[in-house]
Amino acid sequence: MIRAAEAMVRCLRSEGVKVVFGYPGAAICPFYDELYRSDIHHVLVRHEANAGHEASGYARITNKPAVCIATSGPGATNLLTAIATAYADSIPLICITGQVSTDQIGCDVFQEVDITGAAQPFVKHSYLVKDAAMLPRIFKEAFYLAGTGRKGPVLIDVPVDIQNTLIDFEYPETVSMRTYKPTVKGNPMQIKKICEAVENAKRPLICAGGGIFLAGAEKELIEFAEKAKVPAVSTMMGLSLFPTDHPLYLGMLGMHGVKSANRAVNECDTMILIGARVGDRAVKSPTFLAENKQIIHIDIDPAEIGKNIPVDIPLVGDCKTILSELAEKIGEVSHDEWLSELAEIKNDIPENEETEGFINPKVFLRKLSDRMPSDTVCVADVGQNQIWCCNNYGIKEGGRFMTSGGMGTMGYSVPCAVGAKMAAPEREVIAVCGDGSFQMQMMELATIMQEKIAVKIIVMRNNYLGMVRELQTKGYGDRQIAVSLDGSPDFVALARAYGIESERVSTMAEAEEKIEKLASSDKSYLLECDVYSLESTL
Amino acid sequence: MKHTISVLVENHAGVLSRVSGLFSRRGFNIDSLAVGETDDPAISRITIVADGDEHTAQQIEKQLNKLVDTMKVRTLAPDELLARELQLIKVNATPSQRSEILTICEIMGAKIIDMTANTLTIEISDSTVHLKRMHDLLEGYGIKEIVRTGVIAIQKGSVTIK
Ligand SMILES: Cc1ncc(C[n+]2csc(CCOP(=O)(O)OP(=O)(O)O)c2C)c(N)n1
Ligand SMILES: [Mg+2]
Repeated sequence: MIRAAEAMVRCLRSEGVKVVFGYPGAAICPFYDELYRSDIHHVLVRHEANAGHEASGYARITNKPAVCIATSGPGATNLLTAIATAYADSIPLICITGQVSTDQIGCDVFQEVDITGAAQPFVKHSYLVKDAAMLPRIFKEAFYLAGTGRKGPVLIDVPVDIQNTLIDFEYPETVSMRTYKPTVKGNPMQIKKICEAVENAKRPLICAGGGIFLAGAEKELIEFAEKAKVPAVSTMMGLSLFPTDHPLYLGMLGMHGVKSANRAVNECDTMILIGARVGDRAVKSPTFLAENKQIIHIDIDPAEIGKNIPVDIPLVGDCKTILSELAEKIGEVSHDEWLSELAEIKNDIPENEETEGFINPKVFLRKLSDRMPSDTVCVADVGQNQIWCCNNYGIKEGGRFMTSGGMGTMGYSVPCAVGAKMAAPEREVIAVCGDGSFQMQMMELATIMQEKIAVKIIVMRNNYLGMVRELQTKGYGDRQIAVSLDGSPDFVALARAYGIESERVSTMAEAEEKIEKLASSDKSYLLECDVYSLESTL
Repeated sequence: MKHTISVLVENHAGVLSRVSGLFSRRGFNIDSLAVGETDDPAISRITIVADGDEHTAQQIEKQLNKLVDTMKVRTLAPDELLARELQLIKVNATPSQRSEILTICEIMGAKIIDMTANTLTIEISDSTVHLKRMHDLLEGYGIKEIVRTGVIAIQKGSVTIK
């Protein structure tokens, strides 16, 4: 017999977990006591939301469920934003929370909160453990649920007395749930129909979403697109599936997307949505699209098909197997006319003016990406900085771009970058954020120092919650309220106070030199960029 | 449009709140929800009557299917189902009205299960339409209280949802 807390650690080890992100407290102490005895590396975050975001970054790079931990009550509620953020982007997380003792549940005791209840609308599944003997099966199921089908966060809430119960431990080798059987293989009839539709289309277009990363189908996507000679746009979550300069690629579509991508969307006759959920920021009026084109929708989640857009050819299944079958079965096709039309739009890139004494963020990000190694991971935060990044940070072969797409959670970039760096220490990882969002996550500089990892941070300082300011300017008669960030500190001095190398850059003339410093440093580095406050998003 | 949906779920703690939470979160309207164990105590059946267009009905079915505890979801077409609801009705009844009400109950297939000097308590189980008629018939006497279970439904013939 072993203590259930030890069993929890053994479950994690059986799943191959090497790193966990968390923050302790009384109700999770037995589990921490067992972590103390294990070789699992624990990263101490400085706020529980960041434990979730760091696990998210880690999960997105490894494409496996990653683990975050919080104590009961306030620890668990602090984690909620990260759980919801992961849910919106289908990121596989295992969220472990401590809970008050089973005999006290429901009595409103100290640090008691019904976290499975609170998180219910935005978890894939959750468990409140009432029988310690069930723990091994619950962990097995949780990892299976989080990492298969449409991925997502799974919450395991473990009362402190349960953690201290002695149980017989045996980790189940397999999992079988009679109620959960995700569809993996695509229906062959539908695959045939899609091939015919693409072969017959004059102006087909791929819209590639984040589901393709989750399926690990990056290679298969490119193979299919190249063989079928179909041009592609991506959603925000699908950014970096195609290198920016790929001849078939037209950029990000949608409200904050680029002209070439949106024109392609408007002018195509057949749209192949893959691992994309037709979110409102990507497709403003789905009915208009559906009326004018043939819509093909491929997704692992049957509920996404037909949810936001009427579909002509639906196909449920795993994008990886489906795309490789499509690549194999698609016949000889050419869409030369369509492609050359699109090539012209693509080359039509708008000029950016520069404002004296400031960094032009768009030009700066292009220069930055030119300098960084091709496999760099770039994480964008939320706001104008995010859109600047989406549309200007150039992705090279093997590069990766990540952001909080579905929720648009400010404060995501630095912790996500920390998680990504822990997962891929050999790769460069950059977080790009705004001065507002940086102040929601700057406590993680301490985590970076404690972990001695090299994360590069760009803070776009426009002294405003720029995106909201712009919204107030355009939509509310320029009545600016609660958007000025007066009172913000000197971020360079702040970073240095943590022991992180840091500099400020205010003119484009110095940009390359500062980028060089950031890129060539083997330590963490924060670069504060002075950006004109009225710089526009697009 | 009304949709009758039969859902088989694992009989776990918290399942009902996941199901009802789904309806409120996605803005689906529930008319009634009835839940009970099946012949297998590990499985519960939830019968839901929901209101919405065809697209909503499809979404309800898909979203219910997505819940990890859901085993099976089936929307029953109106012409393939037998639906029943149980109601208990407490109605004012003076001694002189009793025999009238008794006749109504006999004709409508209801049963009197309790009685006081000036009330009768009636039990009736039937289709929603029939219950509405019963309600209209009793309304004139003064209905004091109605308790209803919500609709449960089963398919006609020998087919089953298992
Ligand atoms: C947690 C959170 N709170 C509020 C918002 C709403 N919001 C979206 S963009 C934005 C402004 C972000 O400001 P900053 O980080 O300085 O970026 P900028 O737009 O100036 O580049 C705000 C407040 C949000 N997305 N997330
Ligand atoms: Mg700002």
